[in-house]
Amino acid sequence: MPFIPHTESDVEQMLGAIDAPSIEALFDEIPAELRCGRLDRVPEGMTEMEITRLMHERADADGRPLNFIGAGAYEHHVPAAVWEIVSRGEFYSAYTPYQAEASQGTLQVIYEFQTMMCGLTGLDVSNASLYDGATALAEALLMAVRANRKSKSRRILMPRSVAPVYRQVVETICSTQGLQLVELAYDPATGTTPEAALAEHAGGDITAVVIPHPNFFGCFEAVDQLTDWAHANGALAVALVNPVALALTRAPGEWGAQGVDICCGEGQPLGSPLSSGGPYFGFMTCKQALVRQLPGRIVGRTLDLDGKPGFALTLQAREQHIRRGKATSNICTNQGLLVTAATIHMSILGPAGLQQVARASMANTRKLVDALVELPGVEPVFSGTRFHEAVLRFDQPVRPLIDALGGRGIVGGYALEPVYPELKHCLLVCATETKTDADIDTYVQTLAALMRPASAA
Amino acid sequence: MSDIPQDLKFAESHEWVREEGGGLVTVGISDHAQEALGDLVYVEVPDVGAAVTVGDACAVVESVKAASDVYSPVDGEVVAVNEALADAPELINSEPYGEGWIMQVRLADANALDDLLDAEGYANAIADE
Repeated sequence: MPFIPHTESDVEQMLGAIDAPSIEALFDEIPAELRCGRLDRVPEGMTEMEITRLMHERADADGRPLNFIGAGAYEHHVPAAVWEIVSRGEFYSAYTPYQAEASQGTLQVIYEFQTMMCGLTGLDVSNASLYDGATALAEALLMAVRANRKSKSRRILMPRSVAPVYRQVVETICSTQGLQLVELAYDPATGTTPEAALAEHAGGDITAVVIPHPNFFGCFEAVDQLTDWAHANGALAVALVNPVALALTRAPGEWGAQGVDICCGEGQPLGSPLSSGGPYFGFMTCKQALVRQLPGRIVGRTLDLDGKPGFALTLQAREQHIRRGKATSNICTNQGLLVTAATIHMSILGPAGLQQVARASMANTRKLVDALVELPGVEPVFSGTRFHEAVLRFDQPVRPLIDALGGRGIVGGYALEPVYPELKHCLLVCATETKTDADIDTYVQTLAALMRPASAA
Repeated sequence: MSDIPQDLKFAESHEWVREEGGGLVTVGISDHAQEALGDLVYVEVPDVGAAVTVGDACAVVESVKAASDVYSPVDGEVVAVNEALADAPELINSEPYGEGWIMQVRLADANALDDLLDAEGYANAIADE
């Protein structure tokens, strides 16, 4: 579907038709003091030659480091076919075309995506994606407030084992809507949320409980107990998951006696490159009973006038263009292109392939951790099964080590102390299926050479 | 021409009120309103026990085209809601003044209905639309 900019004569003709002197004049009704005027920080346009050179320079600055950091964005192998197909003209567009009469292919891809996400999460309905994982969690909690009408408190139990940036985004989006986030401590031995942390809230009015799985530390939470606790206390259970881990873990729709009510997460591990932090996409699925509170676009399958199957947006009555301020969400971004990539990625991998990726990532992280804890001055922090990330404590500050590794072309991990002061000298490391034994060895040997010996500490 | 029963009171926002005696009223949306909305696919009713005041958005009626708020025409407490609408929202289309009722409210002040329109007033109001 082509997107052709208007020519000057197109613009003149259109202005003539509505008898307006200029495009500028169309904005007259906005009071002058509300307009930002000149955008001083937006640079002038560049030529193609200039921008190509600039982007090459930026790409060179990134280099091709050996990457052992996860912390919310994960380096996975993306089969070459994925973006080859995504960049076909039929898919490649800055805007997702939704007109059913012109976009059956695009709509079918989104429908297939929704079907796959329902399958992975074990829930009934999926939307067409959201902006990213963190905003998906914020949207899930706003949805929980709308859906849990018995609860009046708008209190959300939020484990500290949820990624700190996610908690910040949720705070930013939800605090202005009267939601109150109550932190749940994690068990310092296991890195997971103990039932004891919930106990003090029993019998109180709680709207929803967030259950990260795996959590920010890579640990698997006691999802059945947390889900059942939420339901026993009149709260909705909101799962925050890694879609690759879902290939190995039980689906959130099967957690506890009734399954979670809403599931969300970051879709980047499904076919999106790391790309300096974005664009990524968020996903969200829920039980059928909550579908009218599910934010964002939903594609449905239907029959046309001739009785042939077709696809169209459905359940739009509560969306922004109809409900305005009362819509289920006013962040209507859906990342159509990345969803297309994810759908193709999952199709190429298949359930067995996705499981292989998850297994290999988990095994590589275990190898990495086993090798690192052999080094003097490095020890694991949390016991228990982990997915493809682990927290290690060093006998010295980790920031200088991360910097020194960076100088040697290795991204060494995520320093936890700035966001978890109690995790002094702690590093979050990750090894996905992209790492070979030689890569892991390079990392361990380089790190060993950089560490200050204990005697000199 | 839509149906406007003579024995009901109306709000300009298209809700009807029927006095049931003993300070109880039944509330729904008018035939004119259901016709304008088209086929209803979902109705969100208030909670029993909820306090409502005039002009409060207390229910949502959703058609394939739009989701619209229903505003309470009276002050009081919701004592019953039409549970049948959960499975059969189309009752509002077929019998807006009967099986398609939305809620029953115990009035905070029995005289409060004086501000509402009578059938003739409502007929004039929608004629001006």
